[in-house]
Amino acid sequence: MEFLIALSVGVMTASGVYLVLRASTFPVVVGLTFLSYAVNVFLFAMGRLQVGMPAVVDPAASGYSDPLPQALVLTAIVIAFGMTAFVIVLALKARDVLGNDHVDGKDVTPPAGKGGDA
Amino acid sequence: MNLSNLALPVIVLLPFAGALLAAVSARYHRVASAWSAALAALAALLALAPLIPAVFGGETLIQSWQWIPAIGLDFAFRLDGLSLLFTLMILIIGLLVILYARYYLSAKDSMGRFFSYLLLFMGSMLGVVLSENLLQLLIFWELTSLSSFLLISYWQHREDARHGARMALAITGMGGLALLGGVLLLGEIVGSYNLTDVLAAGDQIRAHEWYLPALILVLLGVFTKSAQFPFHFWLPHAMAAPTPVSAYLHSATMVKAGIFLLARLFPALSGTEEWLWIVGTAGMITLLLGALTALFKHDLKGLLAYSTISHLGLITLLFGLGTKLAAVAAIFHIINHATFKASLFMVAGIIDHETGSRDMRKLNGMIKYMPHVAVLAMIAAAAMAGVPLLNGFLSKEMFFDQAVVAGRTSDWALVIPILATLAGIFSVAYSLRFIHDVFFNGEPIDLPREPHAPPLYMRIPVDFLVVICLGVGILPAITVGPMLAVAVEATLQAKPPYYSLALWHGLNAPLLMSVLALLGGILVYVFRRRLFDLYEKRVEHLDARIIYNGILNGLLGLAGFITRRFDRGSLQNMLVWIIAAAMLISVAGFVSRDAPLFGLRELMDFDPVALFAVSGLVFASLVTVVYHRYRMISLIMLGVVGLVVSLGFAKFSAPDLALTQLSVEIVTVVLLMLALYFLPQYTPMVGSRMRHLRDILWATAAGLGAAVLTLTVLTRDMVPISGFFIENSVPGGGGTNVVNVILVDFRGFDTLGEIVVLGLAGLGIVALLHNIRLYAPLQDSENRPWTTDSHPPILQSLSRLLFPFMLMIAVFIFLRGHNLPGGGFIAGLIAALAIILQNLSNGIVWTAKRLKADMHQVIAAGLFFAIGTGLVAMTLGYPFLTSTFTYLYWPVVGKFEVASAMMFDLGVFLVVVGATVMILVQLGKLNYLPVTPRLRSEGGV
Repeated sequence: MEFLIALSVGVMTASGVYLVLRASTFPVVVGLTFLSYAVNVFLFAMGRLQVGMPAVVDPAASGYSDPLPQALVLTAIVIAFGMTAFVIVLALKARDVLGNDHVDGKDVTPPAGKGGDA
Repeated sequence: MNLSNLALPVIVLLPFAGALLAAVSARYHRVASAWSAALAALAALLALAPLIPAVFGGETLIQSWQWIPAIGLDFAFRLDGLSLLFTLMILIIGLLVILYARYYLSAKDSMGRFFSYLLLFMGSMLGVVLSENLLQLLIFWELTSLSSFLLISYWQHREDARHGARMALAITGMGGLALLGGVLLLGEIVGSYNLTDVLAAGDQIRAHEWYLPALILVLLGVFTKSAQFPFHFWLPHAMAAPTPVSAYLHSATMVKAGIFLLARLFPALSGTEEWLWIVGTAGMITLLLGALTALFKHDLKGLLAYSTISHLGLITLLFGLGTKLAAVAAIFHIINHATFKASLFMVAGIIDHETGSRDMRKLNGMIKYMPHVAVLAMIAAAAMAGVPLLNGFLSKEMFFDQAVVAGRTSDWALVIPILATLAGIFSVAYSLRFIHDVFFNGEPIDLPREPHAPPLYMRIPVDFLVVICLGVGILPAITVGPMLAVAVEATLQAKPPYYSLALWHGLNAPLLMSVLALLGGILVYVFRRRLFDLYEKRVEHLDARIIYNGILNGLLGLAGFITRRFDRGSLQNMLVWIIAAAMLISVAGFVSRDAPLFGLRELMDFDPVALFAVSGLVFASLVTVVYHRYRMISLIMLGVVGLVVSLGFAKFSAPDLALTQLSVEIVTVVLLMLALYFLPQYTPMVGSRMRHLRDILWATAAGLGAAVLTLTVLTRDMVPISGFFIENSVPGGGGTNVVNVILVDFRGFDTLGEIVVLGLAGLGIVALLHNIRLYAPLQDSENRPWTTDSHPPILQSLSRLLFPFMLMIAVFIFLRGHNLPGGGFIAGLIAALAIILQNLSNGIVWTAKRLKADMHQVIAAGLFFAIGTGLVAMTLGYPFLTSTFTYLYWPVVGKFEVASAMMFDLGVFLVVVGATVMILVQLGKLNYLPVTPRLRSEGGV
């Protein structure tokens, strides 16, 4: 099972890094979201994986999953949302001000034809 | 509690409150800010008044509270003779300056800004002189630098003001940093930052091996602040400030902060060879340099600035001599200099105000136009020159006396009295110039304005100060004697030596020096033309500012060079750097340890469902990447990934996370979709094949690294630290859901920070979207027109039906959050979803009509609840955000637990709802912007 988690973290990180390195704003935002998934899962996994443990304090329970990473990740998820929202709006603003959606504000779109050889 | 036990912090904080009041009251009436400033200063004086008798009785008042005991920082204040002297100077001269500035500022200047800066300074300066704790003193010390910066740059449109302010801040800020180092060393040596301990540990400090570094660092702070050579050059450039500021900060008070510190730490640091050499030499050079340069300045304020430098040097030199009598002379001269120099600056301001010029080559014969001012100026300038029957004479005699005493110590020391006399000669010469050139010497030469007498209330502060000069000069023992005695005793921390304040000490060396200085000064003034020529040819171009600018430009150039090397204006480039650096560091970490890569923890079995889910995740991720140029597809696939992640949380015993991830996922996808409408739906193919290959390589390496790292951790055992939280969750926090109790109770402060960030992100987004113009496309990427049916009826009716249920679930999740999975974050997201769904299905206009709440206020209310809960705990005497709980019995529901943390959670809930809804609604509103046809035709990229 641990291999599967590691695989997921790896794939999400790789996708995130690749997308973050793109030249347009939208893929970069999607990439950042990927990276935050990867980080959240990674952080969560730091408490080690537990299946079927109770979520709340229960005198009869044999053990608990580690609540500390969970609390950290919970707020991280919400903050990541705030960040994603901010960045995407920044992208919109950049498009308004600069007239294109290149991450550096450079207009590299071919003047004729749409989207190149998509 | 006895109110007078709070008096000292109140005195310091009153001006800060006054600053706020001045800023606010200026909105109603511009003069109101002057009144409130005066009121604050008066109130501080009134608060001080009942403490004065005790200080004159020889007491040292200390009022102290613990602040951060771990680093030795107390909230501690001290009032003894020395701090009383400075406090009185700051408040009384402050009041006079406020009155003066009220008439000095023109209708174009913002009074509110001026007076609130001025009071900001007053409070900071009071903090410096009244602090008992050295670290706290340092905080106020920095505040004086900052407020001085604000005041120098008050006329922001003027370049010289901006440059002067920056220079002053750079120099004094640098000194503040050095002082911090010095204070930290002192604290380490003594083991306490409280002045009482430091002053008592003088022998210990002087014997310590860190004495010299500590001394040098402290003196760097002192010299930069008090404009001592070689840091003196910022002061003349600070004269770009309005004249009341120059009178107050740059002659009477702030520049004395350094000197104050010299006096304050005199018992702890003085009495060594090093002290004598460093302080004495700096003081002597400054004294001479200031006196010589002052004569050649044609600008009235320039002359006064260099004269101030010179007098500061004189006081520093006196402290440097290190004897008790020299310290008496220094303290005495502090008082005298503050009075005559502040009045002279005010005179300069009056002349500038009434004639429009400060150039002494044009200003002549002013006695005809303002005779009263001329008399005042003559008395003050005579005090500056050291003419008998005025206060300057007395302290100057004491200075000469000490110079003679110091001159007897060795042969070379004979230069001390000689140089002191030379400085005296020039000081007489420039004082004479100030009077003769401005008030006599023929007729004025094309002044911008017809000179006339100043308003009465602009003159009264000068009257007051000049009366003090006379009073101290003629009847010193009665007027200033007692104050001087307690101030000296506090400075020396010992019984003061015998000194006499008599006017006549008989025919002795100091008197001879005074006479020499007076005659020599007149002689120098008579032959000034030749000296001027010499100065302009040989000296004028030598300016420490050139060195300063060289260093500054060098630093800026270096910073620019480094920035340009790393930041080529390309985000992709920078990100590659960051990723590469992160990987390098982590690989280095792996390699440098010889521990095996993987641990021996027993692994869990594979599980077909998990395998299936992870395959889905991998597939969706790959599709997102491969088809990332089809943005809609990649967005949908992103949603799939998020869903699998939340399923993963659910599987591995983290229901709270699963719920949060699920709701955030929905909000994120909706958000990105709303934004995508305004962005191209295709990503064009840019960049070379090589570049893509490179990126794939980086991505693979990063993914591999992350996977290996995860596995490295997961295959090792660990001892969690969360046992504490699990054990204390019920007895301490009153909730069985440990995750929620951590969020709202154990780590409530973190959560507070996070909701603040979320609220700020929401506000930032509103600001970004303000006045935005975007092209609303007419067709989608396949050239299909967008549907005109924006609100399908089935969705509409279903969503309206769902709304109350969704809210009910939100309330349910919220209420159970403390004991079962749920809580403010999740409930907030669900409630936000309910509202957003209405916006999507029924339109923003429809929803806005029915949901009248302003989301700004919801966020504010949330923060209010969250912070309020913490403050309530504080008022009850517990630390911030302490929570409590009790059990209530409700009919039907039964036993019900009420925790104060619930109020905090309500705050979290409100902020999450407010921020989330605000973000999405603001984005959605863009659709309703009027789009001009021209833009429409450009759309549809």
